[in-house]
Amino acid sequence: MSALGLSLMLMAGLALLLGAVLGFAAVRFRVEGDPIAAQIDAILPQTQCGQCGYPGCKPYAEAIANDEADINQCPPGGDDGVRKLAELLGRDYKPLNAEHGAPAPRALAVIDEARCIGCTLCIQACPVDAIVGAAKHMHTVIAAECTGCELCIAPCPVDCIAMLPVGVTIPTWRYPTIPLKVVA
Amino acid sequence: MSVRQLHRFHGGVHPPEHKMASNGSRIEPAPLPPQLIIALSQHIGSPAEPLVAVGERVLKGQMIAQASGTLSAAVHASSSGTVLAIEPRPSAHPSGLAAPCIVIATDGEERWLERQPVPWRDWLAAGDVRAIRDYLRDMGVVGLGGAMFPSHLKLTGGALQTLVINGAECEPYISCDDRLMRERAGEIVAGIALLAELTQASEVLVGIEDNKPEAIEAMRLAAGGSAIDIVAVPTIYPSGGAKQLIRILTGKEVAAGVRSTDLGVQCFNVGTVYAAYRALEHGEPLISRIVTLTGTVAKPGNVEALLGTPLDFLLHHAGAHDEMEACIYGGPMMGFALPTLAAGLTKAGNCLLAKSQAILPRAPAEMPCIRCGACADACPAELQPMDLYWFARSKQFGRAQERNLFDCIECGACAYVCPSHIRLVDYYRYAKSEIWAAERDKQAADLARERHTFRQFRLERDKQEKAERLAARAAAAKQQAAGKAEAAAKTAQAATAVEQASAANASMPAGDTVAASKGAPSMDDKQAKIAAAMARAAARRAGTPATGDTPDPVLPSVAAAQNEPATPAPALTESAATPAGSDDAAALRAERIRQAMATAKARRTGTLAPPPADPKQQKREMEAARLAAMSVDERAALEAEKKAKIAAAMARVAAQRQGEETSAQRQSEDQPAQRGDEEKS
Repeated sequence: MSALGLSLMLMAGLALLLGAVLGFAAVRFRVEGDPIAAQIDAILPQTQCGQCGYPGCKPYAEAIANDEADINQCPPGGDDGVRKLAELLGRDYKPLNAEHGAPAPRALAVIDEARCIGCTLCIQACPVDAIVGAAKHMHTVIAAECTGCELCIAPCPVDCIAMLPVGVTIPTWRYPTIPLKVVA
Repeated sequence: MSVRQLHRFHGGVHPPEHKMASNGSRIEPAPLPPQLIIALSQHIGSPAEPLVAVGERVLKGQMIAQASGTLSAAVHASSSGTVLAIEPRPSAHPSGLAAPCIVIATDGEERWLERQPVPWRDWLAAGDVRAIRDYLRDMGVVGLGGAMFPSHLKLTGGALQTLVINGAECEPYISCDDRLMRERAGEIVAGIALLAELTQASEVLVGIEDNKPEAIEAMRLAAGGSAIDIVAVPTIYPSGGAKQLIRILTGKEVAAGVRSTDLGVQCFNVGTVYAAYRALEHGEPLISRIVTLTGTVAKPGNVEALLGTPLDFLLHHAGAHDEMEACIYGGPMMGFALPTLAAGLTKAGNCLLAKSQAILPRAPAEMPCIRCGACADACPAELQPMDLYWFARSKQFGRAQERNLFDCIECGACAYVCPSHIRLVDYYRYAKSEIWAAERDKQAADLARERHTFRQFRLERDKQEKAERLAARAAAAKQQAAGKAEAAAKTAQAATAVEQASAANASMPAGDTVAASKGAPSMDDKQAKIAAAMARAAARRAGTPATGDTPDPVLPSVAAAQNEPATPAPALTESAATPAGSDDAAALRAERIRQAMATAKARRTGTLAPPPADPKQQKREMEAARLAAMSVDERAALEAEKKAKIAAAMARVAAQRQGEETSAQRQSEDQPAQRGDEEKS
C-alpha cells in the first residue's frame, strides 16, 4: 500500500514538475511568428503579383505553411521554385498549376510618358512603390525596383503601361547549359 | 645566378606546346584599321564612362572614357580620328552580346596627344601613393595576363615581401610574352625596378618557363647586376596561374579566400609591367598590346595591335585560311570560341587562334564519367572536379559551392585529361553563372520584400492617421455646435477622452505609451485642454458675437485660425511631460494639426476666394496667436519635439537602408504602436 502510494505520489510529483517546466519553456522560449512561413517566404520570388490568389508572397507563404494552399501556384517562381518548396516541405514535386498562369520571362513595366494622364492609379496598385509621380503629373517606373508583377497594367485608364522583357546583358548572361547526350 | 629551391604545385598537365609556329619572328606593328571598336568594359568592374561625344575629334592616347567607381580603369583612343558612334557593339565575350563601345574612324595621321612623363618618384618620396594609383588608373593599366584586374589596385602602399613577375606563359600556342621579353627585356626590367620601388619589395622574382631559353637569356642580360632574380621554372601547365607561380617560386600556398597580398606577395604579368613602365616613364596610356596570331593562318606571329582593332581585320592581316572554322580568343585551354569576329581587340586579347579540324580537332562526344579520378590528379587547385561536375550537372549548385567551386581557375587541365572527353570547365562556368544569377535574384527579391513590407506599414499608418483625423474633426464640430464656454469645456474633455482612447488603442502593445497617456500627465493634460477651450470660446465671443449653430462659411477659417494655436498646447504638455513614451502620439497629433490647417486653408480659398494679401494676414495672425499661447517652456518643448521627430525620421530611413532586420528593430523602437499592429497581421 505504502509502496503503491509512494510510487503514485512520485509519478504525480514528476508529472507536475515536468508539466511546470514545459509550461514555463512554452512561455519563455515562445517563437514569434511562423518560422516555416518565413522559410517559404524566402523561397518565393517576392514579385507580390497575386497570381497565386493571395494578396502577396507572405500571405501565400502563410497559406502554404497552414496547408491551405498548394506549392505549385507561383508562376514567377517557376518549376525551380516548386522544387525548392517541395524539398523544404518534404512533399512531392508537382508541375505548376496552369490555373494560376504560365511562367513568363522577367519583364519590366514601362510607362509611355507621353500618354500618361497622371491619374495615380498605377501608383496605388504597385505593391513595391516602384512608380513615382503625382496627380496630374507624369508617372514613371523605377526600373531597379520593378518586380514585373503587371498589377499596374489593369488600373491604367489610358493603357499607357507596357511590359518590356528584360534583355540579357553581359553581366547577366548565363553560361548555356551543355546539351547532355543521354548515354545509356 | 643563384640556384633557387623551387616548389611544386599539385597536378598540372603537359599539353603539346605549338609555340614554335609563332615565336620565331619579331613583333610587327599591326596595320592601322579604318575603324577602331573600343569597348568601355575592358577590365573587371564597372564599365568606364564615356568622356567624348559623337563627331568629336580625338587624338591618339586621349582618354575617351574615365574610370567609374573604385574597381574600374580608363579607356583611351588608340589612334587619332573622329568618334563615329557610342553604342553597343558585339563584344569579345563567349556570349557575343553587344556591349557599349566607342567607335572611332581613324584619320591615318596617328597624331599623339602631348605625352609627358610624370614625376612619380617625387610623389613616392612625398608618400603620395594615391597619386600614382590614380595616374595608373587614368592610364588604363590593367592586368594583361588575361584577368584584366586594374593594376593600380594592386599597389596598396604597404611594403611587399616578394614581387613575382609572371613570364611563365604556360598556355599552348601563345608566345606574346615570350617575344616581348626577348625584344624589350630592357624596358621590362626597368618596369620591374619601378614596380619594386613602388611596392617596396624586398625580393623580386621573375618566373619564366624553361621552354623559353631565349627569353630567359635576354632577361638575365638585361637584369644583370640588379637584385632581380630571373628564375627558370619547369614547363608544366598551368604554371602561369598567379597562385601556381607563387607556389612554385616561394612555396607559399594562397589558400581559398586569401589574397596573395596578405601573404606579402604580389604578382604582375610581364605585359602589365611593360604597360606600367610606358605609362609612368613615357606618359603613354595603354592603347596597344602584343597579340599572337596563330593556328591556321599564312603568317603566324606576334603583332603589336591597337586596342579596338577589329578581330577580323587582324585575322585578315595574318592571312587566315579558308579552312578556319572558328577563332579562339585566348589559348586552346582557357580561351573561348568567338561568336563574332566583328568585335574589337580588348586588353585581355593575348591570342587569336584560328581553329581548323587539322590543328584542334573537334572533341569527340561526351561519354559518361567513369570516376577514374584523373581530373582530381590534374587539378592545380586541388579540387575534386568530378564532384563539381556531378553537382553542376544535377543543378546542386549549393553543394558545388561548398566544395569550393569558386576556387576553380578554369584552367582546363581536368577536361584535358578526361578519358570520357567531358567538357568539365563548361559545366563549372555554367554552375558559376547560375550561382551569380541566383545571387542577383535573391538580392532583387530581398529588395522587393523590404519595399512591400514598408508599403504595407505605410498604408496601415496612413489609415490610422486618417481615422484619428476624422475623430478629431468630429469632436471639433461638436465643440462648435455648443455655444457656451462650459459646454465647450465639456466637449474638450470628451475630445481628450476620445483622443486618449484612440492613442491607447494605437499603442496597445506598448505599455509605456498607455501609461504615459493615462498616467500622471493626464491631469495637466485635461486642465490645459480646458484652458485652451475656454480661451477659444472667449476669443470667438469677442471676435464674432453671432455664432450660429451650424458652421458659418465665413467662420471656419477664423475658427480654425483660433483653433490651431490652442490645440498644440495639450500635445506639447504631454510630450514635454513624457518625451520618450508619448513621442509617437504627439507625432500623430502634430500630423493631424497640420492636416487640419491644410484643410482649413483649402476651405478658405475654396469658399471665400480672398484677396492675395488675406492668407498672409491669416497666417501672421495664426502665428502670433500661437506664439502668444505658448509659454517659454512650451516653445522649448516644441523645438525639442521637432528635433526628436527629425532624428526619428532619419533613424528610420537609415534603418530601412540597413536592411530588414535592423529596420524591424528600429521600427519597434520608434513606433511601438504600428509595429505591434504589423506583427499581429
